[in-house]
Amino acid sequence: MNRNGNTYTVLYAAIMVILVAAILASISMSLKPLQVRNTEIEKKQSILASVNIESTVANAEEIYAEKIKKEYVVNVNGEQVEGDAFNIDLKKERAKPEEEMLLPVFECQTDDGLKYVLPLRGTGLWGPVWGYVALNDDMNTIYGANFDHQGETPGLGAEISTDIFEKPFVGKKLFDESGKLVSITVAKIGQDAPAEHKVDGISGGTITSKGLEQMLLDDFSSYEEFLKKKK
Amino acid sequence: MNEPLFSKKNLKLLSDPLNNSNPITVQVLGICSALAVTAQLKPAIVMSISVTAVVALANVIISLLRNTIPNRIRIIVQLVVIAALVILVDQVLKAYVYDVSKQLSVFVGLIITNCILMGRLEAFALGNRPWQSFLDGIGNGAGYAAILIIVAFFRELLGSGSVLGFRIIPESWYIINGGFYANNGMMILPPMALITIGIIIWIQRSRNRKLIEN
Repeated sequence: MNRNGNTYTVLYAAIMVILVAAILASISMSLKPLQVRNTEIEKKQSILASVNIESTVANAEEIYAEKIKKEYVVNVNGEQVEGDAFNIDLKKERAKPEEEMLLPVFECQTDDGLKYVLPLRGTGLWGPVWGYVALNDDMNTIYGANFDHQGETPGLGAEISTDIFEKPFVGKKLFDESGKLVSITVAKIGQDAPAEHKVDGISGGTITSKGLEQMLLDDFSSYEEFLKKKK
Repeated sequence: MNEPLFSKKNLKLLSDPLNNSNPITVQVLGICSALAVTAQLKPAIVMSISVTAVVALANVIISLLRNTIPNRIRIIVQLVVIAALVILVDQVLKAYVYDVSKQLSVFVGLIITNCILMGRLEAFALGNRPWQSFLDGIGNGAGYAAILIIVAFFRELLGSGSVLGFRIIPESWYIINGGFYANNGMMILPPMALITIGIIIWIQRSRNRKLIEN
């Protein structure tokens, strides 16, 4: 057959595409269960990390089952509603109108008492950023925080998932003295904000830092009623 | 036709990209990813390994297909092969070594856009036999890796005071702790990667007269 003819070219392209698609689809399907399990374990590790409990891939599920006492879903009015808290896809929930959002809450029994872990999700520079923030039972003081990202720049925005960035969140407060939600400012050098509502941002990672700050504000706002009720 | 697997000519395919035809410093390909992933050493190493693996495999596949590929859609065929390999690598990493796949994150996508891959497929694999193409792929991957690792080493050392995450500059030297030293914040930003590559090209050319144009 003429290798430069149209028929050959079209046939070649068609067969190649179908073949490649079939190979990739079957690989993706056969590896899916393993990947889902990996992400579940990672999520459990992140939730545990937000209450300062170290875990490994091997023991995360065990510790999680032991420490996390309750998982439930609330709506924006702070009322408990039906739902599977662990498997809620925050990306979908955050895209909904606020009244319909399902907001997961995890209650964790630690050596320092009962902690409430709230999952958050927002946008960094290159893609989504997310995290888990654990609150003391005054529903105001942060007990621990764990952040992660899909593709922030290593050495810059990606530093949000390191201890250097996460540790300063401990002890910060969400509400000011008058009871107004002010969330946390992720500040640039020289930026002014009350010390108990401020952590240092990342040099060279300003857009990621600001995205994270917006995430904290937006997401805590939707939990505001729940936090006030629990107080 | 029966030349030994590691004949002098074949070995040259491996060694040339390390110096005389280095993909980054001489052909100036793959600069984009060289700037993006060299702020720290570890991602640079992982990226180097992935690119080497993908370019070697893609070279072999294209070389095997080279007599069947219709000339008019050869670039598309090359792209499909590269993209399929990259997705394959990504899926396998996600299933079996999840933490490495997290390390790689965006870079997996960046592999597809790396000009070195298309360059080698177009310039070499389309006209050479599989074994030679494989060696060429490994050689070019190594040439790419060498530059990436040198740049990342200096950027991490001078920008963060550590190498592979281990602290090299003692904490007590830092001004914050009463010392005299501060990290160079510029090193962790992309412009310094470009300047570092420029310096490497300078050194390489001053030692290798063959590369100097008249």
